[in-house]
Amino acid sequence: MLLAVIVFNFILLSLVPGDIADTLAGESGGASEEVMADIRRTYGLDRPFHIQLATYVGKVVQGDLGTSYYFNMPVTELILGRVGPTLLLVVTALVLAILIGTLFGVIASRRPNGLFSHFVTVLALVGFSAPVFWTAFLLIVLFVAILEIMPLSGLVDPTTPRGALAWYLDVLHHMFLPVLSLSSIYLAAYSRLARASMMDVLGSDYIRTARAKGLGETAVTYKHALRNAVIPVITIAGLQFSHIFSGAVVVETVFTWPGLGTLAFESILRGDTPTIMGILFFSAMIVIVVNLLTDLAYRLADPRIRSARNA
Amino acid sequence: MTEPRKTAPGSGPGTVRIERPAVEFLRMYARNWAAVAGFLVFSTIVFAALFAPLILAVDPFEMVWMPFTPPGQDGYVFGTDNLGRDMLTAIVYGARATLVVGASAAALTIVIGLTIGSLAGYYRGWVDEVLMRITEFFQVLPPLLLAMVLVALFSPTLPTVAIAIGVVTWTGVARLARAEFMRIRELEFVKAARSIGSRDRRIIWRVILPNALPPLIVNAALTVGIAILFEAALSFLGLSDPNVMSWGKLIGDNRDYLLDAPWTVTIPGVAIFLTVLAVSLIGDGLNDAFNPRLRER
Repeated sequence: MLLAVIVFNFILLSLVPGDIADTLAGESGGASEEVMADIRRTYGLDRPFHIQLATYVGKVVQGDLGTSYYFNMPVTELILGRVGPTLLLVVTALVLAILIGTLFGVIASRRPNGLFSHFVTVLALVGFSAPVFWTAFLLIVLFVAILEIMPLSGLVDPTTPRGALAWYLDVLHHMFLPVLSLSSIYLAAYSRLARASMMDVLGSDYIRTARAKGLGETAVTYKHALRNAVIPVITIAGLQFSHIFSGAVVVETVFTWPGLGTLAFESILRGDTPTIMGILFFSAMIVIVVNLLTDLAYRLADPRIRSARNA
Repeated sequence: MTEPRKTAPGSGPGTVRIERPAVEFLRMYARNWAAVAGFLVFSTIVFAALFAPLILAVDPFEMVWMPFTPPGQDGYVFGTDNLGRDMLTAIVYGARATLVVGASAAALTIVIGLTIGSLAGYYRGWVDEVLMRITEFFQVLPPLLLAMVLVALFSPTLPTVAIAIGVVTWTGVARLARAEFMRIRELEFVKAARSIGSRDRRIIWRVILPNALPPLIVNAALTVGIAILFEAALSFLGLSDPNVMSWGKLIGDNRDYLLDAPWTVTIPGVAIFLTVLAVSLIGDGLNDAFNPRLRER
């Protein structure tokens, strides 16, 4: 699968009108045909397509994603420097969305026609329909302009000394709005999903058994039903990881969060193709890793899958 | 579902009326008031987009008054933006780009998704294997990022934007179509069709597809909503045609003035939100109309 991504990247690159020789020549104000040919030879662009492809794949496998046109440094290094803030943002938002979403879903499922249940349904619709950058701007208007309790952008205040407790607290402070905006979409979706799956599970035989042996409603809900009801939420969260990554691009741009998303957006504006392709490849890799982790989480939550593997 | 149901609305026991499927469908849809509201809102937006030049005969890019006139002042209902453009005109004209791109991207999504999903679900075996690998491949790439790359690499025009959105969003439709085709191909009437010698193409198009349509139509409504959101995000990031007014672009142009002139950002956002909300409510209504029994739960 990763190989497919690499090949796809390469084909996309070669489909682009104009090559590096054009770019470099354009920057230095024009070049003769011989110089252009020379540049092409240096970058191996005169060789046949399949050999270029093989070279590219070989390099990527060794962790070499090329050199950024703009920063003039290895793309791999550039990405590794930016991936931390993005993962911090995305993982926090996702965990928050799963936890609160499941909680909302569980509460709603106890009274399927209650007020809270309707609230969850409406929330899911609103969460789906609101563009994430708009949610972010509304939150900014509320928390930054009206309440004046949140910072507008960035990862941390540059005057805060690094490494101290105050630094971590400041990062948390800066994280609040981006995380809230990003998790809002998924929170809504997961609470609806958790509600549906909870209602499904609560109607099953083993729940009736648990009730029949005299267990309290709290024990039934949180010990017996929740475990099974959370499985679809985890599955969807894992499957949608590439979507939440997309959302991060927008949210990071709004809050100028120094992560991969901002880097991707800026690289696209600058026409820094190696960096863009590197980020595309890297994010695909992260999504694949997350999908594997989801599989593992699945096994932890559902003993049936574990035993099916051993059988 | 398509067979006439016996219903007796408002009549005593004993009188049984057979309703036509289309009538029943409309009646079930109308029972969901939110879906009706969604339909009305959506029709209004489509109407405004269609007749934009007749309603407001101004170029949406033209500077008409002082920049940052608050809504309601000097006769500008939605105020003006950072370049003194009338927000109302921009919103009405913006609906065109949003709807055209949204609809064509959604159409493309459905065509790609349906083709791949139906072939995979019908033929199974190696066809399924290959097509599902391709689908997984597209699921691994972050959709918005890929769309941004596609638009940036090729050209920032409306067709490119629509194609880019279609290319990154079809996987959901493909999976749904595949599941439906896999389920239906095992049913008896498909076996019957095969036993009388129908060819694959006829079975796919005339036998299975009509029966697989209801969930796909409901999904299509969601697809339109998703496509509109993608278009908004792309034009917000400045990765769309700079010469076409759209809601996302309006927000992107004015984002730096958010704190001073919040209406320039919130009003187009409300427009996007309402449109997508209306479309998803329509989807909900269609779902109820197709599955009357779900409603009672």
